[in-house]
Amino acid sequence: MRIYRPTKTALRALLRNPMRAMLTILGIIIGVAAVIAMMEIGNGSSAAIRKTIASMGADILMVQPGTAASGGVSFGAGSILTLTPEDCDAILKECPAVRAAAPIVRARAQVVHSNRNWVPLYIYGTTPAFLDVRDWNDMAEGEAFDERDVRNSSKVCLLGQTLVRELFPGEDPVGKDVRIQNVSFRVIGVLRAKGANMMGLDQDDIVLAPWTTIKYRVAGTSLGNVNQSSNTSGAGASATVETLNNPYPTEKVELYPQPSDIQAADTPQPVRFTNVDDIMAASRTSSDIDAASDQIAKLLHERHRIPTGKPDDFSVRNMAEMTQALSSTTTLMTNLLLCVALISLVGGGVGIMNIMLVSVTERTHEIGLRMAVGARAGDILKQFLVEAILLCLAGGALGILLGHGGSYLIRVFLHWPVQTSLTAIVAAVAVSASVGIIFGYYPAWKASRLDPIEALRYE
Amino acid sequence: MELIELQDICKTYHIGQVDVPVLKGVSLKIDRGDHVALMGASGSGKSTLMNILGCLDRPTSGKYWLEGRDVTNLSPQERASARNQKIGFVFQNFTLLPRTSALENVMLPLSYTPDNLSEREGRRRAAELLTRVGLADRMDHEPSQLSGGQQQRVAIARALINHPPILLADEPTGNLDSKTSEEVLEMFGRLNVEEGITVLLVTHDPGIARHAKRIISIRDGQIENESHVEGQGPGFSPALPGPAPAESGVAGGREGGSS
Repeated sequence: MRIYRPTKTALRALLRNPMRAMLTILGIIIGVAAVIAMMEIGNGSSAAIRKTIASMGADILMVQPGTAASGGVSFGAGSILTLTPEDCDAILKECPAVRAAAPIVRARAQVVHSNRNWVPLYIYGTTPAFLDVRDWNDMAEGEAFDERDVRNSSKVCLLGQTLVRELFPGEDPVGKDVRIQNVSFRVIGVLRAKGANMMGLDQDDIVLAPWTTIKYRVAGTSLGNVNQSSNTSGAGASATVETLNNPYPTEKVELYPQPSDIQAADTPQPVRFTNVDDIMAASRTSSDIDAASDQIAKLLHERHRIPTGKPDDFSVRNMAEMTQALSSTTTLMTNLLLCVALISLVGGGVGIMNIMLVSVTERTHEIGLRMAVGARAGDILKQFLVEAILLCLAGGALGILLGHGGSYLIRVFLHWPVQTSLTAIVAAVAVSASVGIIFGYYPAWKASRLDPIEALRYE
Repeated sequence: MELIELQDICKTYHIGQVDVPVLKGVSLKIDRGDHVALMGASGSGKSTLMNILGCLDRPTSGKYWLEGRDVTNLSPQERASARNQKIGFVFQNFTLLPRTSALENVMLPLSYTPDNLSEREGRRRAAELLTRVGLADRMDHEPSQLSGGQQQRVAIARALINHPPILLADEPTGNLDSKTSEEVLEMFGRLNVEEGITVLLVTHDPGIARHAKRIISIRDGQIENESHVEGQGPGFSPALPGPAPAESGVAGGREGGSS
């Protein structure tokens, strides 16, 4: 009730001169509209920048196997193989901060097509999720392999642009065959160009294939140099694969008599799962990187049953440098927009104060009358203050509509990335209300200090 | 008990280093239901006296009892509430809010009344008052659509909205032609007789002052003399020794028109 009456009075006073009220709030409208539009466009571009940086790999986490050590001599990261494809599935399933995860099996081999050959920087055996992780889903040509290819260890591959240039000059590689380590792969797709990464390494110098294929048909070496029990099928495969002149590397040579079921039951062998070289995971947002990192570490710690006090047999790395650059970019952008917002709103506020002062002078007579019929100084103060606040809030509301509409038009016609920002709207309302209070107070105070006799005599 | 009692009221304005005494010890008593004209030339101090009577201003010295209560030392808030509750103001230039309907103009003082009247009750009371001043068919008109007389009647209705015991009219006919002046003055007389409202008329025009029961003349900040008008009432217009001084051209016209 205490605020209802002054609000009604103020509203009536404002509606008595809608044109002036409109002109008064124009400053606020433009200010808030600019803030909203700017924030939305800024948010959009900063999201776009974030996405670009993320596609450069800022949100990527590398899970690498731990180090082997013997007699105080450490062999460095990756010297033992402890990661399995199941780890990768578990990471995707149980770590909420992880968007995608893909196992990686590396190989280094010559890729041959007709009379040309090339040793690519990366031959990655992986799953289709790798493209999600690297944000590389849109192919330049053809299409990616799928889960079925991984299960069947199909001999299909995707080529990076560098390989296309080196092996297929002036040719369409899709549908053609390349040979890697004497295994023939059908090219089913060509990756979009990605250029060099932060370290200057050519990211297009890559062959992607199902990890099962690379592991079992090409990169036998990735098991051969590992200190695991030699009784796994993988070890057997590696023995055959390493023979360069064997045209059918999958063909298993029975070197030893196979143990019968009873023999197998009597002498249980430690079961080693298939290993992968790395797991590459991507966090949901770039701010989730630390959370994702922790979740993965915790999960693998449990899955690998690491006793407390023992070092983990894996390590999780992220691109901290890049992440830092990313977050500083966004912070800078936000601060810049905030400055612009404040300046324009202060401008609008000065406009409000100006008009309110004029209005107080113009309505001196009215103020005198109100005082004569019983208005106290506080009533007058309240009325003008409420008027200013109402003006600012109305300006804020119109500004929000205008700014939102403006950014919508920009999105529709200029195709700029735009993102609605609730924070900006809340901030605009809060700031316009406080502008109303701050800049409305002085005129209102001045009005309330008028002498009723003088005011009534004023013409 | 008198409605208004002034005792030795002095008012001195300080203009720079100079003290300008405007009221030099005014004492008077006004009873409930009286109809008084406060008359004086401009500069006589009658406006200052009216401001003090209307609780708009405070005397430099002296005592002022309004309904038996000493209002000399009230705080600004208390004086505002006294203006709201006890005194109805009618000004020379009507002072209605522009672009606001007559009804809402009449309701204006209600916004500052502490006992919260419901919106509907307020409207009802305002409509009743407008009907009483003969503007039942003009309630939704804005001041610019009303004639001077009608505007002044709206102002009178506004002054009455809180049922004040006193109606303080400062040159209420100053901006009106003779016919409407007569109507307005008649209305004051009727309100005084029928409702028992104490009417205080401030004027410089003896012709207008004669509508009151009692005339108090002020000159140089002091009460010059007091006289009771015999057999006054609406339509009463005794012969005067010629029209009032040159400044009251309007009033002079009225004299000619009504007698």
